[in-house]
Amino acid sequence: MKLNDLERAMLAGELGGAPQKALEHQIQVGEFFGAAEFVEVTQAHVMADTESLGESGVAWLEALALEEGARVRVPTITDPRGTDFAKAAFLKQAHWMLALERRAIEALVRLGVAMTDTCINYQTIQAPTRGESVAFGDTGVVIYANSVCGARSNFEGGPSALAAGLTGRTPRYGFHLDEQRRGTLRVRVEYVPKRLNDWGALGGVIGRLAGNYWAVPAIEGLEDAWPGSDALKHFGAAMASFGSVAMFHLMGVTPEAVPGSLPIAHRVGEAQVRALQAAYAGTDEVDVVVFSAPQLSLYELRALAALCDGRRFVKPLLAVTSPQVKPDADRFGYTQRIEAAGGHVLAGMCFYQSYAREVAEANGWKRLATNSAKMVNILGGYGYVPLLASMERCVQAAVTGKLP
Amino acid sequence: MKEFQAKHAMGSGLKGEALVASDGFSARYDLDRIGGSFSRPSHKLAGQSYVGKILVLDTAKGGVASAWMLREMAARGRAPAALVFNSVNPILAQGAALAGLAMLAGFECDITSQVPHGAQVEIDPARRILRVLGS
Repeated sequence: MKLNDLERAMLAGELGGAPQKALEHQIQVGEFFGAAEFVEVTQAHVMADTESLGESGVAWLEALALEEGARVRVPTITDPRGTDFAKAAFLKQAHWMLALERRAIEALVRLGVAMTDTCINYQTIQAPTRGESVAFGDTGVVIYANSVCGARSNFEGGPSALAAGLTGRTPRYGFHLDEQRRGTLRVRVEYVPKRLNDWGALGGVIGRLAGNYWAVPAIEGLEDAWPGSDALKHFGAAMASFGSVAMFHLMGVTPEAVPGSLPIAHRVGEAQVRALQAAYAGTDEVDVVVFSAPQLSLYELRALAALCDGRRFVKPLLAVTSPQVKPDADRFGYTQRIEAAGGHVLAGMCFYQSYAREVAEANGWKRLATNSAKMVNILGGYGYVPLLASMERCVQAAVTGKLP
Repeated sequence: MKEFQAKHAMGSGLKGEALVASDGFSARYDLDRIGGSFSRPSHKLAGQSYVGKILVLDTAKGGVASAWMLREMAARGRAPAALVFNSVNPILAQGAALAGLAMLAGFECDITSQVPHGAQVEIDPARRILRVLGS
């Protein structure tokens, strides 16, 4: 890779061991993908929950934080943690999990990272703008930033996003290049999703059809659907989860969508969306209801609060949001209305990133209802029987113990 | 002895047993990382141990967690020996780099249809080559 004076100084260790190690890592990845040079980034978003890090990852972070020059050069924020400390006892999380979280937080703070603990930073912190290069972790954040904002990011795993924070740059490959951002797969949608779980399921169907990181679905037929931010959040997060997809174009909606000359590769109708949902409808008995993945926006919590009024839950209902949204949900009474029905509003974590397997065993939770297509895709691997349904049906399941 | 040329490569050379499937890979979604086996019921390698094996799969799937998880798995001696993919996303490349795992990706053919399950294979990242030694 071609390096400028600053990058050469970093690589030589003149700015300290931390940026040196970070740049070495970035060069290894950049050269793997044939990057010719680096591109400066305006912000970085680090996925660093301790379930992923493990003890060895936390020790690695702690050692890095003690290196010379161990301070981020651009605003660097975090994806959800592995717990909400205020709700850890309710979740029956073990003390060692919380101790590990505290160690990770201390190391990240020492590195200058702001613990925003959110996977909806484009709704709560600062959405990047068109053409802006960033280094975002969390596939849902990346696909939203690339597609809806027109910003530029690859999937940056925790180590690479942190490296980008420490060096202020990232290798220029993949979605930082114009040629990677063009549609590769024309998809005609002949069905308009209504609810968030429908948008998520449609995203999942298209993600499976696309099937890999380098595919960019160019989607038409939804020009008059006006999905809005929360629907596109679920749509993109599911597409990324089911297909490892990092960018899509939605004709008439996203900024870089242009009608192309590609032949239509796939037609997707209601039947395919229903088929995906039917794969997550194995039982109507429910042990727990979870709204998470991505964290809920203020408007989703508002809608949930309205559904909870006058209800009394016989099964646990968890609503997970960001630490930026939670205080407003408290102020506006949404939290109180959800919790008055017997629900729990959690902040700063995401359900599947918070020791979901151990939490399931500790609480006897197996059959989990959610409106998140992303989460049903993930939780199968964690020993759950995930059930996908609308927010309304999920709330009703918390009331009766059964999905209506 | 068959040889296959990859477009992308990293890490050091090694030999081992290939665990092959026309399916994806995500450390978070597909694995029981404590036990060291594929745990997602719908995965074609469900129930099989991946520890010390050379994984030959179609593509990287899912989330960013694999970037940390490969290193953590390697630290506990519960990692695959090497990764071979038709198509790889940045997360797996970042994770393999941090974990010090060898990886090859990008072939002219569908590599999962060319390497027999259980075959002895050799990874040569310096020359970007996968060799099938015999089954």
